[in-house]
Amino acid sequence: MWRDSRVVATLLAATLLAVAPARADETSLVLAEGDGVGQVKAFCSICHSVDYILMNSPIQDAAGWDKTVTKMIKVMGAPITPEDSKIIVAYLAQHYGKDSGG
Amino acid sequence: MDRRKFLLNSSGTVVGGLLIPRIVAATAESLPAGAVSSGILDAIPGKRPLIKRSFRPPNYETPVSVFREEYTPNDAFYVRWHSAVPEVHLADWRLRVAGPGVQRPREFTHADLTRRFKVAAVAAVNQCSGNRRGFFSPHVPGVQWGYGAMGNAIWSGVRLKDVLEDVGLTGSALEVVGNGADAPTLTGPDFVKSVPMWKALDPDTLIAFEMNGAPLPLANGFPARLVVPGWTATYWVKALADLQVTDKVFDGFWMKTAYRVPKGMFGVSGFESQDTEQNSPITAIKVNSLVVAPDPGAPLAVGRRAEVMGIAWDGGSGIRSVEVSLDGGANWREARLARELGRYSWRQWRYAFKPGTAGVQTVMVRAFARDGSTQVDKLIHNPAGYHHNVVQSVDFHVA
Repeated sequence: MWRDSRVVATLLAATLLAVAPARADETSLVLAEGDGVGQVKAFCSICHSVDYILMNSPIQDAAGWDKTVTKMIKVMGAPITPEDSKIIVAYLAQHYGKDSGG
Repeated sequence: MDRRKFLLNSSGTVVGGLLIPRIVAATAESLPAGAVSSGILDAIPGKRPLIKRSFRPPNYETPVSVFREEYTPNDAFYVRWHSAVPEVHLADWRLRVAGPGVQRPREFTHADLTRRFKVAAVAAVNQCSGNRRGFFSPHVPGVQWGYGAMGNAIWSGVRLKDVLEDVGLTGSALEVVGNGADAPTLTGPDFVKSVPMWKALDPDTLIAFEMNGAPLPLANGFPARLVVPGWTATYWVKALADLQVTDKVFDGFWMKTAYRVPKGMFGVSGFESQDTEQNSPITAIKVNSLVVAPDPGAPLAVGRRAEVMGIAWDGGSGIRSVEVSLDGGANWREARLARELGRYSWRQWRYAFKPGTAGVQTVMVRAFARDGSTQVDKLIHNPAGYHHNVVQSVDFHVA
């Protein structure tokens, strides 16, 4: 569910060029399919591998994930719009939230 | 799943084959399910396979069985970064020492430092502030470390004190601020840490180039890192490039906001300039112990001598005694301490006993430090997941 796939794709490409190449192992990480997975892969992966999400599950509810994503935006400078932020938090809460069982 | 990788349980024990997961009963310590399933064994350059917490930035913990050695081998030493590991070449490396607290700011090369100053060494535990965070109940977000975000090594280099005295301190010097060559990916705060003058001038606080007699591995801060014995590893700035002696409180994010504990919850910080009304920086390591042998899955035999082995350490007062209970904490007997390796090092201990009956034998362990402190029976919960030093309970199977 891409809002603006060109922007995300450009950002992702720029990121891949800008940071040291990720080791192959990181590509073995699998995220649950669902609305928002594209944004999660595109934005969260700018700075860190997505095992940060996996290892921190299932321990946070939606409010907890919102706090985490807000910190990533406000403190760490993640270029995520408020709309995408909502989508990302909903995805994380649904698939990696306290009550997700996953 | 990749065949060369193995699933690990919450204690960092390889699951599958002949090994049985360790059962930790009384404290019900368990990592989040997602940390267990993503915590595979994986090797990064210069390291043997370690327990992967995150690929990028690299965060890897040491399997507990490695702690049977007095000193943790460099290729097994845990890895913790906030951003990408900087590749620094020794020939290009410079250490800048400046700031309002310095009289004669200058840059040093590696040769400048090693020729000009006496070599110093210290045996010390390096423990991540968040070691054992994964066992917090309720869980708190962060890197979900088990027992292995720590290690013991002999660190050698030059004394920070000697370097500071060489550049000359002004009367207004308040904190020494260390910055490494690492940089955030985006616009986030650079990882920069400060220490108070008294700690900076402690003769055991070093600018280290080596650990265990070999150059620091890239993943542990090559070519130089701060060694701040007794204090958690957040202060041991890796790939050290810059030291600023300030005349005011350093207020970077990683000091002011992160690495904080609620005021008074763990005693005084010893870092008054950084204390606020609400909280204090995490500083000295709390007294702690860990069972490292026998293998968790290895059954003990009824009526046959069994020996439990472990380590104990604190923030630098040294270990006075270690006690073991075989009856759920009703009675405690002293374990036999091995030789002392230095007050900042961990100390090995052993306790032998003969299991009387078949079934589960719970072994509990607690350490006492020379400053009189001991471990807690119940977790002191705090938002960032620091200072987990709950008395460990390990269940062994007796057959």
